[in-house]
Amino acid sequence: MTPRDFANRLMARFASLVAEPVQFRNEVTLRVTESERLPDVCDYARDSLGFDFLLDIASIDNFGEVPRWTVVYELYGLRHHCHLRLKTHLAAAEPELPTLTHIWSTANWHEREIYDMMGIRFRGHPDLRRILMWEGYPHFPLRKDFPLAGLCTELPDVAFTRKAPLEGGPFVTTPGATSTIEREPRARTSET
Amino acid sequence: MKGSAAICCSPGGEGSFVITRLDATINWFRKNSLWPMPMGLACCAIELMASGASRYDIARFGAEVMRFSPRQSDVMIVAGTLTYKMAPVVKQLYEQMTEPKWVIAMGACASSGGMYRSYAVLQGVDQLLPVDIYVAGCPPRPDALLDALIKLQARVSREPALATLKRVT
Repeated sequence: MTPRDFANRLMARFASLVAEPVQFRNEVTLRVTESERLPDVCDYARDSLGFDFLLDIASIDNFGEVPRWTVVYELYGLRHHCHLRLKTHLAAAEPELPTLTHIWSTANWHEREIYDMMGIRFRGHPDLRRILMWEGYPHFPLRKDFPLAGLCTELPDVAFTRKAPLEGGPFVTTPGATSTIEREPRARTSET
Repeated sequence: MKGSAAICCSPGGEGSFVITRLDATINWFRKNSLWPMPMGLACCAIELMASGASRYDIARFGAEVMRFSPRQSDVMIVAGTLTYKMAPVVKQLYEQMTEPKWVIAMGACASSGGMYRSYAVLQGVDQLLPVDIYVAGCPPRPDALLDALIKLQARVSREPALATLKRVT
């Protein structure tokens, strides 16, 4: 069995849900058109197709595009050694997805991280707290409209943050500009 | 009351008497038993451990007793990257330390945020604690930390210990 065969079986089972697969360097990516039905697809992938291991969940902020959010699930079968990638798009301003913790319990911390960094909520998650930032932090730092220098927050007795000085700091690339100086300025104030 | 000749011995030598200033004596005790509170937060903590091990041997300067209780320590060595999430904890530990207390900011991160120009990292522990000595390096070698400790000892020995003692009322 190849990843392509698994993708075909998944498409045969969920014809209306799973879009045409993309194959790139022997990796197959499927798009789940209805994000609310994602648990059904994953349930089938685990129980009938042998994808018993959820490698990772990633999230993308396509700032300025519609739909804005992409969530990527990396599936792996430890018996057949095949890898499959599922993508789903979200458009809402306050994006929400059903949790997968009841299918792969490792999804628990992955989903907490995505909630913490990107602000995508997972419905039905048993413990949806922040995992890297502290409880009560008001921002989602990996969103594209969050400035690299950070934002000032003041939470008495909990924590505080200030803006980090970016002069002499890391390079911030701006793709598309012609000269290197424009493309890689030493500092950039805000993404918005 | 100033000067380096803090201690006078009697010519008879052993079994006789010693004349000194109380300030000098107290400071002499203090500077030779600076017990560190090892606030190890990142890779600088590895160099801090190396300073404590036999090759560099921080015990030569009386600072080998790493106390993991803030109530028994004198100098907090902030060794590593201090995130905002950790900052209230470090502040609380510092406040739990008994007077007199000192702070060494070890390494670039503790001194200025280092390479982490980020929303998550405090840009220098001096925004939170009164730092006495900054140690350059990423991470600093144990030699640099020992140099900082010696400089701190020199500083401690100049402090007006009696004048800053808390009076019992």
